[in-house]
Amino acid sequence: MDPITLSRWQFALTTIYHWLFVPLTLGMGWFVAYFQTRYYQTRDESWKKMAKFWGKLFLINFAIGVVTGIVQEFQFGMNWSEYSRFVGDIFGAPLAVEALLAFFMESTFLGIWIFGEGRVPEKVHLASIWLAALGSNLSAIWILLANGFMQAPPAASYVYNEANGRLEMVNFFALVGNPKAWIFIWHTLADGLAMAAFLILAVSAYHLVRKQNLEFFKRSFQIGALVGLIASALIFLGGHTMGQYMKEVQPMKLAALEAIWETEQPASFSLLTIGDLSGKQEVWSIRIPYVMSFLACNNFECEVKGVNELQAQYEQQFGPGDYIPLMVVTYWTFRIMMAFGFVMMGAAAWFLWNTRKKDYENAKWMKLVPFGALALPYLANASGWILTEMGRQPWIVYGLLKVEDAISPNLTTLDLWISLIGYTAVYGALAVAMVKLMKKYAVAGPDAAMHESVDVAPSLVGGQD
Amino acid sequence: MSYETLQIIWFILIAILWIGFFFLEGFDFGVGMLLPFLGKKDEERRAIINSIGSVWDGNEVWLLTAGGATFAAFPHWYATMFSGFYLALFLLLVGLIIRGISFEYRSKDANPAWRNRFDWMIAIGSFLAALLLGAAFANLARGVPINENMMFTGNLFTLLNPYGLLGGLTTVAIFLLHGANFLGLKLEGELRERVNGFAKKLWIAATVLYVILGIFTYIAGFWNNGHINPGVIPIAAVIVLLVAGYFINQKREGWAFIMVALNIVLTQVTFFTMTFPNVMLSSTNYDWSLTIYNASSSQYTLTVMSIVALIFVPIVLAYQGWTYYMFRKRISTEKKSLVY
Ligand code: HDD
Ligand code: HEM
Ligand code: HEM
Repeated sequence: MDPITLSRWQFALTTIYHWLFVPLTLGMGWFVAYFQTRYYQTRDESWKKMAKFWGKLFLINFAIGVVTGIVQEFQFGMNWSEYSRFVGDIFGAPLAVEALLAFFMESTFLGIWIFGEGRVPEKVHLASIWLAALGSNLSAIWILLANGFMQAPPAASYVYNEANGRLEMVNFFALVGNPKAWIFIWHTLADGLAMAAFLILAVSAYHLVRKQNLEFFKRSFQIGALVGLIASALIFLGGHTMGQYMKEVQPMKLAALEAIWETEQPASFSLLTIGDLSGKQEVWSIRIPYVMSFLACNNFECEVKGVNELQAQYEQQFGPGDYIPLMVVTYWTFRIMMAFGFVMMGAAAWFLWNTRKKDYENAKWMKLVPFGALALPYLANASGWILTEMGRQPWIVYGLLKVEDAISPNLTTLDLWISLIGYTAVYGALAVAMVKLMKKYAVAGPDAAMHESVDVAPSLVGGQD
Repeated sequence: MSYETLQIIWFILIAILWIGFFFLEGFDFGVGMLLPFLGKKDEERRAIINSIGSVWDGNEVWLLTAGGATFAAFPHWYATMFSGFYLALFLLLVGLIIRGISFEYRSKDANPAWRNRFDWMIAIGSFLAALLLGAAFANLARGVPINENMMFTGNLFTLLNPYGLLGGLTTVAIFLLHGANFLGLKLEGELRERVNGFAKKLWIAATVLYVILGIFTYIAGFWNNGHINPGVIPIAAVIVLLVAGYFINQKREGWAFIMVALNIVLTQVTFFTMTFPNVMLSSTNYDWSLTIYNASSSQYTLTVMSIVALIFVPIVLAYQGWTYYMFRKRISTEKKSLVY
């Protein structure tokens, strides 16, 4: 494989991995903070248990987010040095602000929260979990502002400097006010809440089926269903807004995620499309008329440009080249995300409706909840990002720099194989440890979480004499 | 403010971030490396980890901020250094990953083999990180092959020269000593005695290596690469290290800690004055070096970032300092009082 392909694989691997764990951190922080606040207000021990139990799962997950995040911070320079030179003047700023504003806050206050119980005043302890949750969400905001610039650089924020061949920032507020980024932020922070809500649903259902700690898990289940419903509705509204904005700033991505080859007015929504082997032409499809027009511009009549027309237009604008993203990927990831989104919304509503009944834990569907509630948000989340990032190909900064011009020119394939295999091995091992612990603590239930460790600690260290 | 002033300010700010990182994470790394050797029982190991438990992640963010600030203020420096030191940084990242995860996971299972494995990962990860960071800075002081397009033209083995390795080992030794002093302040009872014994031996190793590194730097003329002569700063660095030996023998842990901390700070100050205004010295051709002038961001970006830093750096310093104050008590190995 050539260096570009290897670097892309590596970036995709490490970023998707980082991003598998982050949403849960984003959402679960708020939940734990809320539970602890309820305890503070009511002195009801069961709220304390909630904070402890869900807090344990939060921490196990958090650790992976932290260690994989460091890789992200370094990677732009390591693998994409030409990119870093080209946009560093702009892109570096939100990254630095993220570290200074968000990472310090989150790591420091989380440290206080973990080690401070009984050592710092209770109010400080409570404030520290709120600040940690706020810090992680702020970090998401800043990184999405950075990513938003790559997706749709706001015209007012930068100029191209001919003399040194790079982009330079001229308006920080235009960068920070990037509408694309704020829609990302909306959709993504809601995604975090949904992820946490569905994890709570899954774990609660597991225990409800086994009739353990009924009261605890019924309360959790109900809160999970409520927040899950609100969050998935917000996700849907955010996603719908994304589609409309995409039509303006990344029309090619929109056409590619719908597999629309020829411009259509009004545009139909494809339920299933099969392309030819080149991936550039439609062979057969089932379509619902008007729906795509609605998704893209909120009315049933508007025109949605097709891939072929856009390709011709881009060739004129940017010179010869292939401006079409890999359509199999954009098309299917979009469908997975959207379908799962609707299922999540429906499921959360169904759960909430059922919590009115007294013994809903006996329902047959309960057995399916643990699997479904975990698989849906994780797959939807990863699909969404793959769609977003693959859909902007061949650009790394939309309309300004191509991926092939962004790579570090000094890297050899050997360098890249070493790091790619190395990350894969290390991340694989992390996943094994993490899943093992998550499962153990989730299964052990709330009483165990009140102790230091699920099992009794030994006094001797293995291999020690 | 003039463009040049801003460039100098950002050079100093990044220097401060690195100094903060070496000072703070320096003892973290030391504690991590000492862990399996110092802690014989599980409670002891837990107590050792808890001495840095609430702060290590915050300390590591100094590195992330140094990286982010370099990206924002000197994109070419970030691009050349990070792509150039590719495999070394990859190993550094592996070290930081296995170490970070182990702090959180080692006590989450009772199996002694599980715990022991993670403890060793903490030690190995800390060692790798200290060694590689030291080697990287030594190579920056020495100069690395960079061509006229600001591109690094060497490979991993370019970095593994005697001077680089010496820099790495010295950093390991100094961090070990720094960690031992820190633990002397945080632990009590038998563990405290034991770590004070370690500190004495470590001080000898660290001092010998440090002096050799200093002589090497002087003879090779690396101190003369920039526009400023570091002057008495490195001499002061040696003196405080010697004074640290005195305090270690007197069991004055607080003073010993401060002296080694000063040594770390002064060493970094020496490094940054030695290279200024270069940020990456080209050993191929001096004129191809990256300097704060040709590697920096635009004036606008530097101005914006200065405002951000002016607001947030004091806030961060305040609450980080406050955490140390809040957790200032010594940690006992009594089971009841340990946080897992
Ligand atoms: C649980 C996760 C999840 C769910 C259920 C959905 N999404 Fe999503 N989606 C994401 C998680 C996600 C994401 C976090 O992965 C992305 C990647 C970039 C972003 O900001 O959010 C995303 C991106 C993304 C994009 C691409 C944005 C761009 O590249 O400009 C669109 C058009 C949508 N989403 C639309 C939707 C619609 C119409 C949904 C219907 C309910 C939906 N998403 C559900
Ligand atoms: C966390 C969520 C994210 C996921 C899951 C994700 C996923 C991906 C994937 C799958 C690719 C490979 C695309 C391809 O090569 O065709 C990619 C590329 C890339 N992404 Fe992201 N990304 C995420 C967020 C970000 C953010 C926040 C940034 C920048 C701040 C970013 C910057 C990049 C860069 C620089 C590349 C490499 C160039 C490229 O191949 O296009 N990504 N990402
Ligand atoms: C590709 C660009 C990215 C970079 C450079 C990056 C960088 C980092 C770093 C350095 C950390 C560790 C912080 C610590 O030590 O405490 C981290 C953790 C985190 N990142 Fe990322 N990240 C990226 C993608 C993302 C995205 C897309 C999001 C959110 C939308 C995100 C949100 C977080 C959060 C919330 C944490 C802290 C919680 C946790 O560690 O799980 N990151 N990231």
